[in-house]
Amino acid sequence: MCGIVGLFAKTRSVEDSLGKLLSDMLVIMSDRGPDSAGVAVYKKSNGNKIKVTLQSEEPSDGFPKLNSYLSKQKNLKTQLKINSTHAVLELSEKNSNLIINDLKKHFPKIRLMSTGSNIEIYKEVGAPESVVERFNIRKMRGSHGIGHTRMATESAVTTLGAHPFSTGKDQCLVHNGSLSNHNTLRRELQKKNISFETENDTEVAASYLTNKMSTGADLGQALDLALKDLDGFYTFVVGTEKGFGVLRDPIACKPAVLAETDQYVAFGSEYRALASLPYIEKAKVWEPEPATVYFWEHNK
Amino acid sequence: MTVLDLKSLSLRHVNSALQNASSETSWVLENPMGKHAVAAGLRESLKVDIKGSVGYYCGGMNKNADVVVHGSVGPGVAENMMSGSIYVKGNASQYAGASAHGGTLVIEGNSSSRCGISMKGIDIIVQGNVGHMSAFMAQAGNLVVCGNAGEALGDSIYEANIYILGEVKSLGADCIEKQMTEKHKKLLTKLLAIAKIKNLSSKDFRRYGSARSLYNFKIDNTY
Repeated sequence: MCGIVGLFAKTRSVEDSLGKLLSDMLVIMSDRGPDSAGVAVYKKSNGNKIKVTLQSEEPSDGFPKLNSYLSKQKNLKTQLKINSTHAVLELSEKNSNLIINDLKKHFPKIRLMSTGSNIEIYKEVGAPESVVERFNIRKMRGSHGIGHTRMATESAVTTLGAHPFSTGKDQCLVHNGSLSNHNTLRRELQKKNISFETENDTEVAASYLTNKMSTGADLGQALDLALKDLDGFYTFVVGTEKGFGVLRDPIACKPAVLAETDQYVAFGSEYRALASLPYIEKAKVWEPEPATVYFWEHNK
Repeated sequence: MTVLDLKSLSLRHVNSALQNASSETSWVLENPMGKHAVAAGLRESLKVDIKGSVGYYCGGMNKNADVVVHGSVGPGVAENMMSGSIYVKGNASQYAGASAHGGTLVIEGNSSSRCGISMKGIDIIVQGNVGHMSAFMAQAGNLVVCGNAGEALGDSIYEANIYILGEVKSLGADCIEKQMTEKHKKLLTKLLAIAKIKNLSSKDFRRYGSARSLYNFKIDNTY
């Protein structure tokens, strides 16, 4: 079992309260996944910057060292915006690529959570409520967001094993289910020089989609290809710079409920997660069809 | 009539009150908020109105009670029901009426995959569509669908009757179309009346059931 929630804002007022609404949805899904939790929140960076979200197991040591490296070695004015075990760095695209390469060399204990013009990912081991509190997610604004509560089946309970997984700029994936051909797929992707951080099946699915999208497919096409190539049980919610998509496997054992109003599109593993949303009683509520791709994108 | 608010009372408290209620009493449950196992395990002939949408296993194991859900239901509504009725004003998720031995389940909207899986005597009337693998391994009872049925309808069905008005995407193993006799038309007319469906006629439905070719092991079945 695992819990998934997603919220896509259509109005300014939902954008302003995105963090609060998403957090409340996530915490209700605690009993579907009590061992770790995470969210991806999408909010445009200031001035076409790239946001680099980082994680450290020793934030009080690692992040100050990285800050001084940025200012002294790289002459950058930008400093980390530290949020508990995570930190966000806003850089130009060129600098972000340089710094990400330097991290691997000089700061192996600092992990890259996500990179992109909109995305920030926060995930940790622990009960969903404690993860929400730790990162103060309720205060966050955003155009859309995805959350996940994990009950681990395929790999260890670690920060990196928590969802969302991000394997490409502004992309992320959360998953309820388990894939049965992820080892084969991982080997195939490794042959294309794609590296992996974990033994987790969802990371393979995320890399698969990123790989398809980097070779010309749009989100809808990549999800259609996934239906053919991924074997196992899954309900996926995929985030991109502009919006999110939903896909269930053809057997569709893993639950999913969608709700749409003039103000938002919401996804929940169960209706419970949606029950406290504003005007839910007037929303169109339905169960997404198996093997059918759904997605919503912002035009702006 | 007693009103219980699930926002202020625990589910255990509410279910315990219903399970120990004396027969012929009426109950209203407010603010179900998608909670699981609402009104499960009822034994007496109660009237229960649930004002909103519920989660998993609503009305599970019901005996005698008549439950109306003024909203949608999650997976496993009326699972293992023995008698009584559950009436859903909205849609139902997966495996509605799973394994149920008796009683009536009416769904005004659609019911998703595996509706009536392993049904053992329940009558299920769905006014909308049903998803894939409905009536999977069904053993007894009737599944009436006024809309369309998804893939692999009645897969590995033992017995039970399936009545479909709309289209069937595909039939599962050992499920075949069967003749609609007067006896079946009469029964279907009764079931439509129970669900208060007035604008449809039993003669427009098609009946499906078991070819009974999987009953015995045949060496020829190897592949």
